[in-house]
Amino acid sequence: MKNSRRKFIKFAGMAALGWSICPSLAGARSGPRQSADRLRAERWAMVIDSEKLNDELMDKCIEACHKLHNVPDIPNDQNIKWIWKEPFYNLFHDQSHGYLKDKKSIPFLSLCNHCDNPPCVRVCPTQATFSRDDGIVLMDFHRCIGCRFCMAGCPYGSRSFNYFNPRNFLDDDQLVHDYPTREMGVVEKCEFCAHLLDQGDMPACVEASEGAILFGDLNDPNSDVRKVLRERYSLVRKPKLGTDPQVYYLI
Amino acid sequence: MYDANKIIPGLIIFALFMTFPFWYNLGAEAYSTPELELPEDYERCIESTEFMRAEHMNMLDEWRDLYVREGYQEYWSELKQESYPMSLTKTCMYCHSDKEEFCDRCHNATAVDPYCWDCHIEP
Repeated sequence: MKNSRRKFIKFAGMAALGWSICPSLAGARSGPRQSADRLRAERWAMVIDSEKLNDELMDKCIEACHKLHNVPDIPNDQNIKWIWKEPFYNLFHDQSHGYLKDKKSIPFLSLCNHCDNPPCVRVCPTQATFSRDDGIVLMDFHRCIGCRFCMAGCPYGSRSFNYFNPRNFLDDDQLVHDYPTREMGVVEKCEFCAHLLDQGDMPACVEASEGAILFGDLNDPNSDVRKVLRERYSLVRKPKLGTDPQVYYLI
Repeated sequence: MYDANKIIPGLIIFALFMTFPFWYNLGAEAYSTPELELPEDYERCIESTEFMRAEHMNMLDEWRDLYVREGYQEYWSELKQESYPMSLTKTCMYCHSDKEEFCDRCHNATAVDPYCWDCHIEP
């Protein structure tokens, strides 16, 4: 009896040791994995170069984004927008004055700022919108109940509500199959093309901008975005509010 | 027995109601599993047929959280020894490209109405 207990403990000890050295022997199983191709960063940030951007380029960026994400164009004030043109005066209302030289009415690109301290995430009752580890403020359309608290919370007007079924305004043949449409009663916004980053590509507007929009890791001192922020003067929108926006505008 | 004239008819009515589904469906055709059109170019799905039949809805439910919220992009299939993107359109409907001949047949027969395709685009 004594002997067999001793044997049992020995065997159990050896088994535990074996498993701790090579846990995969306990059974490699089907399950989720992270893709090797995905682009990673501590903190994604975007830098928009207002000197390089012109009207034509902005239209290109908007079209690339809205096409990729099946964003409808609804011809009234209930339109959906992920990225759009807005005059300087509207974007930087608190950082401008009436005698600004010529910038005042120049259109700039505007999109979700993917704040470090996002009010939309704080107010969302279902956690449909949330901050990823890499700083992207993402929408989980599955969970959105359409309460629009986030739209009230966002100080940048970056969010749009689907008052209609968006497919009524989209051409069936033109749909991009890799990305879903939304349904009526769901809020949507720019998501820094998180799905493209996850498969190793840069955001659609960055690709379309011919170098006028930079995208990179803000925590990496050698990244493009950090370099250009060191060298040139830049603005962010409504810094006083403390949302810590992560879309920078080079002036 | 007291009040037998009330209790016994009451019991009969109760029994009739309780067995309603059985006698109402007497003579109706028995349920048979719908014939599905399987993809021709592929022999196996990413998991066994029995697993997929019973668990595909749970799997998709887990996938959407894992992909959107948890930061996983791929599903390693032990059966096929290969990784697949966790995506309804990119993985499932890449092979099962005919929604009407595959998804809808069972869903219609069992009267379930999933809302996947309200947003996700069928090929």
